[in-house]
Amino acid sequence: MSRFFPILHVLGMVTMLFSLTMLAPLALSWWLQDGALTAYDEAMVTTFGAGLLTWWSTRHAKRELKIRDGFLLVVLIWSSLAAFATIPLMIYLPGLSFTDAYFETISGLTTTGATVLSDLDKLPPSINFWRTELVWLGGMGLIVLAVAVLPLLGIGGRQLYKAETPGPMKDSQLTPRITETAKGLWLVYAGITVACMLSFRWAGMDWFDAVIHSFSTMGLGGFSSHDASFGYFDSPRIEAVTIVFMLIAGINFATHFMAWRGRSFTSYRHDPEAGMFLGVTLLSAAGLAAYLQGMGVYADFLTALRFAAFNTVSIATTTGFANTDFNLWPIFAPLWMLFLSSFASSSGSTGGGIKMIRAQILYKQVYREMKKLLHPNGVMPTKLGGMVVPNKIIYAVLAFLFIYIVSIVSLTLLMTASGLDMITAFSAVVATINNTGPGLNQVGPATTYAVLTDFQTWVCTFTMLLGRLELFTLLIVFTPAFWRK
Amino acid sequence: MKIVILGAGQVGASVAENLVRESNDITVVDIDAAKLQNLQDRFDLRTVHGFGSHPSVLRQAGIEDADMLLAVTQSDETNLVACKLAATLFNTPTKIARIRCTDYLQQKDSICSADNFSVDYIISPEEVLKDYIYKLIEYPEALQVLDFAGGKVRLAAVNAVHGGPLVGHELQSLRQHMPHIDTRVAAIFRKDRPIIPEGKTVIEAEDEVFFVAAAENIRVVMREMRQLDKAAKRVMIAGGGNIGRRLAKSLEQRYQVKLIDHNKKNCERLAAELNSSLVLFGDATDPDLLQAENIEDMDVFCALTNDDENNIMSALLAKRMGARKVIALINRSAYVDLVESGRIDIAISPAQATIGSLLAHVRRGDMAVVHSLRRGAAEALEAIAHGDARTSKVVGRRVEQIKLPRGATIGAIVRGEQVIIAHHDTMIESEDHVILFVVNKQMISKVEKLFQVDIGFF
Repeated sequence: MSRFFPILHVLGMVTMLFSLTMLAPLALSWWLQDGALTAYDEAMVTTFGAGLLTWWSTRHAKRELKIRDGFLLVVLIWSSLAAFATIPLMIYLPGLSFTDAYFETISGLTTTGATVLSDLDKLPPSINFWRTELVWLGGMGLIVLAVAVLPLLGIGGRQLYKAETPGPMKDSQLTPRITETAKGLWLVYAGITVACMLSFRWAGMDWFDAVIHSFSTMGLGGFSSHDASFGYFDSPRIEAVTIVFMLIAGINFATHFMAWRGRSFTSYRHDPEAGMFLGVTLLSAAGLAAYLQGMGVYADFLTALRFAAFNTVSIATTTGFANTDFNLWPIFAPLWMLFLSSFASSSGSTGGGIKMIRAQILYKQVYREMKKLLHPNGVMPTKLGGMVVPNKIIYAVLAFLFIYIVSIVSLTLLMTASGLDMITAFSAVVATINNTGPGLNQVGPATTYAVLTDFQTWVCTFTMLLGRLELFTLLIVFTPAFWRK
Repeated sequence: MKIVILGAGQVGASVAENLVRESNDITVVDIDAAKLQNLQDRFDLRTVHGFGSHPSVLRQAGIEDADMLLAVTQSDETNLVACKLAATLFNTPTKIARIRCTDYLQQKDSICSADNFSVDYIISPEEVLKDYIYKLIEYPEALQVLDFAGGKVRLAAVNAVHGGPLVGHELQSLRQHMPHIDTRVAAIFRKDRPIIPEGKTVIEAEDEVFFVAAAENIRVVMREMRQLDKAAKRVMIAGGGNIGRRLAKSLEQRYQVKLIDHNKKNCERLAAELNSSLVLFGDATDPDLLQAENIEDMDVFCALTNDDENNIMSALLAKRMGARKVIALINRSAYVDLVESGRIDIAISPAQATIGSLLAHVRRGDMAVVHSLRRGAAEALEAIAHGDARTSKVVGRRVEQIKLPRGATIGAIVRGEQVIIAHHDTMIESEDHVILFVVNKQMISKVEKLFQVDIGFF
């Protein structure tokens, strides 16, 4: 047991840090007098106390974290912080079961945006704020935040960072020190969020909506303070602003960071993912608009474009906002959107799925295999952005894709076995593993995940965490080899 | 002139050989005693054994009263340091460094300035060879294409073939054929003997014709001498060394390039660096590989390995198997004579192709470019005329008034941006770049003297 003490020590510290994030909804609740004040002070004290106790009782077990510790720590941080985050919800909504509350907070932290709550418009503002704050924190990553703020993570910080950051190639170092990298990323993230907030306000939201929707947009989460999501605003201008910022958040933040540091846009040109991501997403939006008009869903192209563009970009970037019930569209359109969500967003962005870079590597690998048949003597490395992709990364990507497909298939079967229809089961799994949010049929954009049984809810909760931690980090903890001494 | 040469490799040795012939005092420095011994046995020069950039070695080589330092070792860094030391410690007037690395070459102006490495001229034999071969691929009919005045004027050599409109006609009829295009035939070689071209000279098939024209007119003039082949599209290169790699890199945007190398590690490096070229691992003399990669569809096959025998064999094989034009890089001059006019279309001697870029700096008179032709027998020069009618022997005179030795012709004049093809009444002005063709090397010293300015000018 004592070998876990160093992990628990760090976990305690991160938990204490996390409790401070409850200050924001606490202050908001106090200021607005929305009646949820008691939910936060109790939650904060409990969280801080639990963290302090863990930290203090393991204070003699300080040592540098090993690679193996990193995986466990990341999994523990994500699962336990989500548990602490349920406290305000459960106190304010006594009828809410832990299963549903945990689903909700995991959905927030993993930036999925699937919800079990309804009557969102009637919830106190501070509760909605807390939900979207979780999205915002989880978007850039809890560990990245901890590494940025807590200097004592030291070398172990890089391991943790790698275990959490999405994408196949994590060795690109923006700065010599990992703390500086984490700080830089958070700074850029926060900066763009402020820009998003001001743009929303300009586009016509009130300040409160602007804040929480900018959190939700930049984290590519999808939580809203309205049951009707963006349908509530019914404003093409707001939708256009949202599309722009969803696309920005779907690009690698390391690229944004380099652009900001170099004060030039050249880094976007050198990012092989960004162009492809924008191209695929926007082309799909235009294509689906034409398709919807052709199928007679919308009479004129501009209306079709408005709805197709917003929902396609929203689903493809794994955000999950909706301004109409796309479940009513011909099935091809939502399926195509779900398909996009599984690979469109970039590595190092706040989006989910297998990431564009993996899709590009896989595509190039297929092309290379075929070319190899034509030229048996050819030496043709797989290249991305002019750089050779090492074979070990290709193997890792292939293994990743395999386990991704296996996860989708087996979890879909599990959901079907528990009594769901095929489309609901499949779309729920795809929407949660990609951290998208709304699925189809019973879990479509017009409904919530509340229809699921407890068992199905737990499966979805697990799937969201699986997707956010990019499969390996979570699955490795379940292998016997991991626990062998 | 007293010249110190660092490095007795391929470049150093061939430079030494050429410069000794032009009656310079040469000292060669190298760390390989065997190479030095070999040089000393063959030529009248001094050798010093030691590391080229060490001041003591430089002093021993007589750098203190040398007119020129030629740093041509394999290592860019050694060359740069030697030039810097020669400048700061010994005040050597002219320092020339050989630079291979493209990274350095891209920044050459700041790296070579007096504040930094004090290099007066950079030579890059691989770059020169690459350009040389590139132009042969660009003009598949040409035997040789040379640049003057930064590419504004080109000198091209082409074999006249039956069917060319000018073949069998007098040179003066060229005017009627192409009233809008100005060109000048600088020399004709018939069965390896030079003919001084005059208006009444008749071009025969098999003649090797050298002509000067503005760069954009080269192809049009060529069409007068022979039917043009279709432009090359597919190029195969054997050997991914320094030259093959550079060539592939500059060709790959416009041509389909296949590059063969027999070293697996090198193949991987090449594949990483090149974008659209196809890198093949294997032996260029392996007929199965050539067959599998459709050698019969290749427009140009270039054998550019370090190994003469390999180059000859793979070029012969490629030609046999259907490649349209084959080019082989051959170091030994004896082999060059052996294979040229045989089945190999063009045999390139790296030493000959690159020596010109050095000779320009060694010559008296202000020479901008020197190209060595026909295995060093002939030369094409770009000389800059200075002074006025009183101090110079060329400025202020018409071409027909200049006392050129027989066998030397003025092909063209570049005045600022303007290209003037020389005729008998063209007037030469100060600062003109005069492009000359000299069929016999013996006359070069006379030409140099023409372009030297009398002392009175200074």
